Amino acid sequence: MHLHRYEKIWLMFGMAMLVLFLAVLGAGTFALGMEPPDGHHIPVDPEKVAETPPFDNPGLHHVGGNIYNAYMIAHVFGYKPQNMEIPLGATVHFQVTSVDVVHGFQIVGTNVNLMAIPGAVSHYTHTFDEPGEYLLLCNEYCGAGHEYMATRILVK
Amino acid sequence: MIQSNIHESAPLSGFTRNDASLVLAHILFAFAALFIGGFAGLLQGLVRGGMITLPGGIGYYQLLTAHGVLMALIFTTFFIVGFLYSGTAKTMGGKLLPAASWLGWAGFILMSAGTALGTIMILLNEATVLYTFYAPMKASPWFYIALALVVVGSWLSGYGIFYQYRKWRKSHSGKLSPLFAFMAVATMLLWQIATLGVAATVLFQFIPWSFGWVETINIMVSRTLFWYFGHPLVYFWLLPAYMVWYLVVPKVIGGKVFSDALARLAFVLFLMFSVPVGFHHQLMEPAIPAFWKYVQVVLTFMVVVPSLMTAFAIFATFEMSGREKGARGLFGWFRKLPWSDVRFFGPFIGMLMFIPGGAGGLINASNQMNALVHNTLWVTGHFHLTVATTVAVTFMGVAYWLIPALTNRVLTPKVNRLGMWQIGIWAFGMLIMSAAMHTVGLLGAPRRTAYTTYMDNPEALGWMPYQVAMAVGGTILFVSLVILVVNIVLLMRAPKGATEYVLAETSADAQPTPRILERWGLWTGILVVLVLLAYTIPFADLLNHSGPGSKPWVTW
Repeated sequence: MHLHRYEKIWLMFGMAMLVLFLAVLGAGTFALGMEPPDGHHIPVDPEKVAETPPFDNPGLHHVGGNIYNAYMIAHVFGYKPQNMEIPLGATVHFQVTSVDVVHGFQIVGTNVNLMAIPGAVSHYTHTFDEPGEYLLLCNEYCGAGHEYMATRILVK
Repeated sequence: MIQSNIHESAPLSGFTRNDASLVLAHILFAFAALFIGGFAGLLQGLVRGGMITLPGGIGYYQLLTAHGVLMALIFTTFFIVGFLYSGTAKTMGGKLLPAASWLGWAGFILMSAGTALGTIMILLNEATVLYTFYAPMKASPWFYIALALVVVGSWLSGYGIFYQYRKWRKSHSGKLSPLFAFMAVATMLLWQIATLGVAATVLFQFIPWSFGWVETINIMVSRTLFWYFGHPLVYFWLLPAYMVWYLVVPKVIGGKVFSDALARLAFVLFLMFSVPVGFHHQLMEPAIPAFWKYVQVVLTFMVVVPSLMTAFAIFATFEMSGREKGARGLFGWFRKLPWSDVRFFGPFIGMLMFIPGGAGGLINASNQMNALVHNTLWVTGHFHLTVATTVAVTFMGVAYWLIPALTNRVLTPKVNRLGMWQIGIWAFGMLIMSAAMHTVGLLGAPRRTAYTTYMDNPEALGWMPYQVAMAVGGTILFVSLVILVVNIVLLMRAPKGATEYVLAETSADAQPTPRILERWGLWTGILVVLVLLAYTIPFADLLNHSGPGSKPWVTW
């Protein structure tokens, strides 16, 4: 198959960009630890979330230093706990699940953007370096009250 | 100039009555769905801009379901089947074989029945689950059956094209198939392979569960099967638009197909790299390891290669035909393009808007970068550039000559001019709406959400001017749709005459096409291997580690 010389140059340039681009994404993911949110494989019965650790005690839990675990539950049409307070500079390991339908878990102004899926647990880590009131909202359609599903997170 | 182009003693398009009716039925059904879906879109824009509230118990999410189903699924599928059948008849023997025609009509009837049933369920508020119908929200079982009817109908339509193609090759042994036929087969093959995922989840998960025959549904399995289908779906929309760019546009500008071999190679590459990539829609989900997400991100980006090939072929055709017309200098050919011909202008606007559309797609698929845009209005802005502009205006550009070609009428200069306005207004409205969606999405505004200020949250209040701009853009888009309907009526009543079925020939000095490109068994085999590599381990993991599953919920 004949390729015009210009087309060869064009495709080689394109493929070089592609390799470079994927290398940057891969290095960011595996070398620098910027993975997309992951989740563990221990399934949670969506109907027994309230009795299943760690979700039997939702909220912010101190791990040590300025590190915390945040166990949060999404439900129609809100989150548990509401209006959570986080100390400034804290690194928070979020673990999120849903007790009913699929919800979103997006903290506006951060990279925290997870799917809350019944039966599974989403994990993501974020460090809150800026004080203020953050808006946590549901960005996956979940029913008639979807647009009301939000709460605040206070960082101070 | 345009008049002479269009009326140039073109031969009668010469469709048989039956073939013309079959194609026309699909095309008109498609535009009816587009109009109704577009009206729903107009109302959504006005609601979200805070300008109106919906009367009489109509729900925002009910409209959103209708909008997505009618525009993304029904308009596209009907138009594509109609367009592919027209070229199948045209390039392989001049008319449809009886069995192909029979399969085409059977497909049309099943898809129409499915559309009617699905629309009724949406209107009854029994299926307010959006067009992605994520479990465990449970619509009426009849909604899932309606979707199954549409998919099965489209399968029959695909079989008809395969049948005609096989017969053609048998009676032309040793000859290269027509390029249109090759591309139509690639598109329909992609569709058959892609819809296996959605068919599996609908038939084996949703229907038994929604009837109550089984208690629970495995959410992650259903989502993974859906997105196995959901991404090749967008290539099912895009490939027929590429067919127009490869085969119709060169003819309109007075050129030839740049390279038959490279065009076929591009389609084979699209076929292979648009299926094993669904995880890039699930990057923010649990239970899929980061490694497998990255593998599918890499496979996703492989479509860059055929995309660049397509861009090169298009610009090469532009330049070569311009130079033949006497263009000088590096960019002189640009002024030689037929700017006042809607058959060119529509697809050209589509190409232009695909530059930002494609670039946005690279961002969406970029693994961790997806966190910034996932489920925000950015994504809505993205696919309103790609499917709702690139694909939609390319199809509209086709309709302006295909409808008169089917009905033995002429595309009058008046309709041509109105068509230019219609497509120009569409592009203008979309620029406003899509720019606002992209920007406000980056600021964090969620997609698929009715009007809300989140209790006067200052950030959410800051999104409001953009949402007003979205409503303005949406209103302009609806104006374009009204003109489109007027134009279709004018075309159906245009004077009798001949309109050319626009198809370019391959350049005489093109290199011979390697026969291996037509070995479908080989390409399908490689595709199956890629799918197995990309999916087997993570999918088996989802099946084996499934928890108790979810009971149905009706939350609207």
